[in-house]
Amino acid sequence: MGEILARYDFVGAFWLTIQLSFWSALGALMIGTVLAVLRVSPVPVLRLLGTAYVNLIRNTPLTLLMVSSILGLSLILGLRLSNDVKTDAFLWAIVMLSVYHAAFVCEALRSGVNTIPAGQAEAARAIGLTFNQSLTEVLLPQAFRGSIAPLGSTLIALIKNSTVASVIGVSEAAGLMATIVENETGGVPVFFVFALGFVVLTLPLGVLFTSLSRRLAVKR
Amino acid sequence: MQNVNKHFGDLHVLKNINLSIDKGEVVVLIGPSGSGKSTLCRTINRLETFETGTITIDGRTLPDEGKELANLRADVGMVFQSFNLFAHKTILENITLGPIKVRKTPKAEAEKKAMELLKRVGVEAQAQKYPAQLSGGQQQRVAIARSLAMNPKVMLFDEPTSALDPEMVNEVLDVMVGLAKDGMTMIVVTHEMGFARKAADRVVFLSDGEIVESNTPNEFFSNPTSTRAKDFLSKILTH
Ligand SMILES: Nc1ncnc2c1ncn2[C@@H]1O[C@H](COP(=O)(O)OP(=O)(O)OP(=O)(O)O)[C@@H](O)[C@H]1O
Ligand SMILES: [Mg+2]
Repeated sequence: MGEILARYDFVGAFWLTIQLSFWSALGALMIGTVLAVLRVSPVPVLRLLGTAYVNLIRNTPLTLLMVSSILGLSLILGLRLSNDVKTDAFLWAIVMLSVYHAAFVCEALRSGVNTIPAGQAEAARAIGLTFNQSLTEVLLPQAFRGSIAPLGSTLIALIKNSTVASVIGVSEAAGLMATIVENETGGVPVFFVFALGFVVLTLPLGVLFTSLSRRLAVKR
Repeated sequence: MQNVNKHFGDLHVLKNINLSIDKGEVVVLIGPSGSGKSTLCRTINRLETFETGTITIDGRTLPDEGKELANLRADVGMVFQSFNLFAHKTILENITLGPIKVRKTPKAEAEKKAMELLKRVGVEAQAQKYPAQLSGGQQQRVAIARSLAMNPKVMLFDEPTSALDPEMVNEVLDVMVGLAKDGMTMIVVTHEMGFARKAADRVVFLSDGEIVESNTPNEFFSNPTSTRAKDFLSKILTH
C-alpha cells in the first residue's frame, strides 16, 4: 500500500485537485454573482437571460460539458487555451467547472436576496443610491451573508465534482486513482486513501462555512 | 403635484390629486386605511410610479428613471413605518452611506456630521452598534438622522410611530416636532392627533384616493365639513 503510493504522485494529484477547485470556485463565484444580478434586475430581457443560463447549465451533466469543451471547443473549433495539451485540458476544466457551478452559486445568492426585506432596497433608493450602488452597498453584501451556508455546500460539491476533469485527461486525484486501480492489485485500500483525501479537503470547509454563516448572519 | 393619477391594476388608488406644499410647511396626511396615504407619499419620490400628472419639487419635475431620479430622491428624505435601517451596517455607517456615495462627502466630514445628527436625535451612544441592537424608537430616530444627513429639501414620513411601543412614540414625535420648528418642509402620514395639532400647518384628509378636505388642524378637527371626514374623526376619537 505505502509502496504503491510511493511510486505514484499522490500529493501532486491532490495538489492539482486543490488548484482546480480554487480557480474554479473563484470563477464560479464571479460568474454566479453576475448571473444573480441578472436574475434580480428590473430589465425583463436580462432576467430571462439569467434564468435561461441557470436552467440550461444546471440540467446538463458536467461530464457532457467537460467532454464537449475539449472535443468541441478545443479540438474541433480550435479554441486552444494553451499550446500544451495538458495545460489546455487543465484550463478548460477550470472554465467548465466555473460555468457549471456558477448556476448553483447564482441560485444560492438568489435565495440570499430573497431573505432581504423589500424595505432595504427601498431605503437604499430613497437616500438616492443608484441601482448599482443599492446592489453593491446594500443588497449583495446581505445576500452573500445570507447565503454562506448554501455557498459552502456548492464549494464542497465543486471540489468533489472536480474529479470529472479526469475524463479529459487532467490527472487530478480521481484520475490518479483510476490509473493506480488499473495497474496495481489491491485496489480497495487505495480507494479508501483517496476517499480519505477528499474528506480531509471538504470536512474542515463544511465546519468553517457553518461557523461563518452563524457569525456573519445579518441580525434583523 | 398636479392631476396625479395612479392605478394598481383595476384599483384607482390616486384620483386626480392636486396638492401644493410651501417651503417650510408641515402637512399631515390622514385618512382611513387603504385610502392611499402611503401610495401618495411614495409617488412623491417615485418609489411608486404613476400614470398621469406631474410632480414638481423645488421647480424640478420628477424625472422618470436613472441617475437624475436618484439625484432627486437624495433631496427627498423618507422615513418608513418599519425603519428600514441597513441591517448589515452600523448606525454610523447607515448615516454616512448616502453622504459618501451620493454626495461624495469625504468620509471624515460625513462621520463628523453624522455624529452631530445622532446627538441631535439622542442616540450618539449607539453609533457603533447594529440596528438590531437598538429599540424601535432608537431605530426610528436613526432613520430620521439618516434622512437628515442628505440635507433634504422635503421629508416624507409614512406612519413613523405606528410600529412602535407606546412608550417610544413620544421620543420620535419630539424629534419630528423639533424638525418642524426648525423649518423643515414635511409631509407626515400619521394618526397622532397630538402631533398634528402641535406641529402641522395643514391637515389633508384623504379618502378613497381623493383629497376630500384640506384645512388648518384646528378647523379640521373641530369643524370637519365633509361627512367622510366626520365619520372618520368620530371613529378615531372614540378610541
Ligand atoms: N403594491 C400594491 N399592489 C396592489 N395594490 C396595492 C399595492 N399597494 C397598495 N395597494 C392598494 O392600494 C390602496 C391604497 O393603499 P395605501 O397603502 O396607499 O393605503 P394607506 O392609506 O396607506 O393605508 P394604511 O393606513 O393601511 O397604511 C389599498 O387598497 C391597497 O390595498
Ligand atoms: Mg400606509
